Amino acid sequence: MKIVTTRRISQAFFFTLFLWFCIVSTVGEKFWQLRRWPVDWFAQLDPLVAIGTALATHKLYWPLLWALVTIILTIIFGRFFCGWVCPFGTLHHFVGYLGNRRKTAAQKIRLNRYRKAQCIKYFILVIFLSMAAFPSLAATLQTGLLDPIPLLTRSFNLLLLPVLDRPVSFISATARFSEGAWLILAIFLTAVLLNLLIPRFYCRFICPLGELFGVLGRSAIWRIGKKQADCTDCKLCEKSCEGACLPSGGIRISECVLCFNCRRDCPDELIAYRTTPSLAGEVTNPDISRRGFVLSLAGGVFAVPAVRLSNKLGSNWHHKVIRPPGSLPEEQFLTRCIKCGQCMRVCPTNVIQPAGIEGGLENLWTPVLNFRIGSSGCQLNCTVGKGLPTDLVPCGKVCPTSAIRPITLAEKLGLDEFADVGPIKLGTAFFDRNRCLPWAMDKPCIVCEENCPLSPKAIYTQECFNTVRDGVLTVKETAGNIINVDQALVPAKFATGDYYCAVDGEHRVKIAANTENSIELSPGERFEKVPAAGGKIEIQVRLQRPYVDIEKCIGCGVCEHECPVSGKKAVRVSAEGETRSADRRLLLER
Amino acid sequence: MTEQNDKNLVRRRFLSRLGKAGLSIAAAGVIAHRLYDNKGPELGVQSEDMVTFPDFSVEPQPGRTMSIVNGPDRVKTVNKAIELLGGIGRFVEKGKTVAIKPNVAFASPAFLGATANPQLVAELVKLCYRAGAKKVFVTDNPINDPASCFRWTGIAEAAANAGAKVVLPCANLFRHTTLTDGKLIRNWPVFFGPFENVDTLIGIAPVKHHVRAGASMTMKNFYGLLGGRRNIFHQDINTIIAELSMMVKPTLVILDGTEVMMTNGPTGGSVSDLKRKNTLIASTDMVAADSYGCTLLDLKPSDLPYLAKAENAGTGTTDYESLKPRRAVVS
Repeated sequence: MKIVTTRRISQAFFFTLFLWFCIVSTVGEKFWQLRRWPVDWFAQLDPLVAIGTALATHKLYWPLLWALVTIILTIIFGRFFCGWVCPFGTLHHFVGYLGNRRKTAAQKIRLNRYRKAQCIKYFILVIFLSMAAFPSLAATLQTGLLDPIPLLTRSFNLLLLPVLDRPVSFISATARFSEGAWLILAIFLTAVLLNLLIPRFYCRFICPLGELFGVLGRSAIWRIGKKQADCTDCKLCEKSCEGACLPSGGIRISECVLCFNCRRDCPDELIAYRTTPSLAGEVTNPDISRRGFVLSLAGGVFAVPAVRLSNKLGSNWHHKVIRPPGSLPEEQFLTRCIKCGQCMRVCPTNVIQPAGIEGGLENLWTPVLNFRIGSSGCQLNCTVGKGLPTDLVPCGKVCPTSAIRPITLAEKLGLDEFADVGPIKLGTAFFDRNRCLPWAMDKPCIVCEENCPLSPKAIYTQECFNTVRDGVLTVKETAGNIINVDQALVPAKFATGDYYCAVDGEHRVKIAANTENSIELSPGERFEKVPAAGGKIEIQVRLQRPYVDIEKCIGCGVCEHECPVSGKKAVRVSAEGETRSADRRLLLER
Repeated sequence: MTEQNDKNLVRRRFLSRLGKAGLSIAAAGVIAHRLYDNKGPELGVQSEDMVTFPDFSVEPQPGRTMSIVNGPDRVKTVNKAIELLGGIGRFVEKGKTVAIKPNVAFASPAFLGATANPQLVAELVKLCYRAGAKKVFVTDNPINDPASCFRWTGIAEAAANAGAKVVLPCANLFRHTTLTDGKLIRNWPVFFGPFENVDTLIGIAPVKHHVRAGASMTMKNFYGLLGGRRNIFHQDINTIIAELSMMVKPTLVILDGTEVMMTNGPTGGSVSDLKRKNTLIASTDMVAADSYGCTLLDLKPSDLPYLAKAENAGTGTTDYESLKPRRAVVS
């Protein structure tokens, strides 16, 4: 089999596998659901994830050891990942091929020539890594913005799957939503369409991971090169060169993605992949100046404190940055989260959403809970399994970097060995008494209380009776259960079972029905002292007004999700009191 | 000669253009005529997908409206309870399609009793197949995430193992309905799709405490058929529950009081909220079933205004003793 065919099979395989992992990121037991599929394997293979988190946390989280395999293979073979494995690379490769296949050989050669600007990705890499590398100054991991694996995971899971699944409802019965997906769409589309201008535009100019491989593969043992210094200089080797790495002359090893098209296209079979460097010479180092390196390093170091001037990690923290259960304290969270969106994808209720920038620029696309979207709040008993205390909570299970720790249901709920610590609180619910129906409008409701999943409930009610507007009536006469009144009433208005007729504001009897000028009391109920003609009665509504027991509330947001005041909810969760950060606590004692 | 040819060519091209232009003008005219709207848009127009739930009820048989069976084992009590009403054959005919509507409202494990018991659901499915049913669906439109509710309650697995198809509430299964004598259910989206070509409807609900409504039982179970922003109906909970009993006329309802949620309902969340009462009711009259069921919560039917409302609307009786319910004990 030709090596180019092998490469194509490898690309197709890994692309399909990647797609498959996106599809199976649905909690469930069917073969096309989560089960034990290693859906975060691509992120684990990604050395930028491993190196980025290691720089920022000084630790290598154990599943990221997979990256070592990629690194070792890169040191031996060069940038094989870009040309053979990377699903985003495969997409660019394919689109670039489709968009440029009608062009002449000369045009293609021109498109695939080496450009000085290909060093931009080196600066991007240095900026990102320097942002993560100095915890003493303030570190933040932002590689996920442009790292191709998180970028593609995010784009597929939060953008393409919800749109494609909408008409068929295969992956989810209820529609899935992604807040601010337009920005994810814009970036994804731009990256893909740029291939029509220059093939593999993203890989050549932007990709920080590609650059990392370029650096790692500088002294690769095997490399592409010419078997003799001189040739006819037909440049056909550059016709389909994916890396734009100049195989015809002094090949740029750090740009070569090992597509092997040059080897296939050389009419004289002068190009080989072997341990001997190209006899036409080669350039192993990325094309950058020391000044450029220092500038991007300094830029990255300066950027973090600059962004943090808005003090979003201090007193100006945004109350809507409510993290999934098991998330690390904010500062540590930002040194691990790669914005891949897997937690959002796997969340059965779709309540985990990509953040915008209101919680700070660094927060973009990190997971936050938005209780206005999705099919429920953060469900109390949510696990990847059947709901046993030892089962893992889905969002933490799929997090490749443990920004959301893989917690068990027992830890989430504070059961068994976690009984002393208590349940994980995501925040606290607050009532807006100016909007709440029973508080502000004297209407019965308490959907929040009904749905509070805790036992005993964190939302409780207190009963009160309020006289309705124009509810003081003059009795005309009383006949058995019927009281005729002077005032005109709206027929059946007080027949809901929630209205009472009170004498002296205290002694109350439930109203069964009313006409324009009479009130019928519930059968079997009587006033002790029948109101006499000319006396006053009051119509009162029985209200159950909701309160939050702040010591019980875990901030799951089911109440906010169900609140029928739909514009701006009358009960809203904010992150005060969240377990993960001591400085956001609300109460003196736990 | 060539001049002549040129002239012919010019004429032919002109005629061809003339033809195309004519067709385009005609097409534009036809489209405009077809879409012509001389009124402009109106607000609040009735939805176009209006439906009415079919009447699933069976011919009443005196003395066989309601049965109350005591015993700890739901499989035994439900079999006995249905047998006392004349056997499953009275409700499920050979070759017919059955929809079972358990209460699957919450994503909580079965042992917390916030949802219909999965064993009970599975037993009903098996009974239907034993009676010769062609197809049995189990469906609900829960409060929490539908797939999660069916998964963690164990109802999805139990129903599937018994051979039933679980139908989740996809958007395309909702239609609009208006209840003729209703005040609240007017042009309202309902979960109708699964019931469209169904002959038999069986409701299964546990007896649960409910702060707003007093109790959640077989009538409240059909809240699950409402779509849209159904939470606003909590402002008038008694009327909406009574209207549900007018909107849906099930073949049979099973009210499970084996373990009754006495407090903290309807979500529960702790086994300490449950109390063993070892009672199971089968009934063709939801009002009667719920009127008896509320006594398990130490309530009187008059404590639940929706029962009187439903009775006034003629959907059943609160005086369940008048139906001479059949009783039995199975250990």
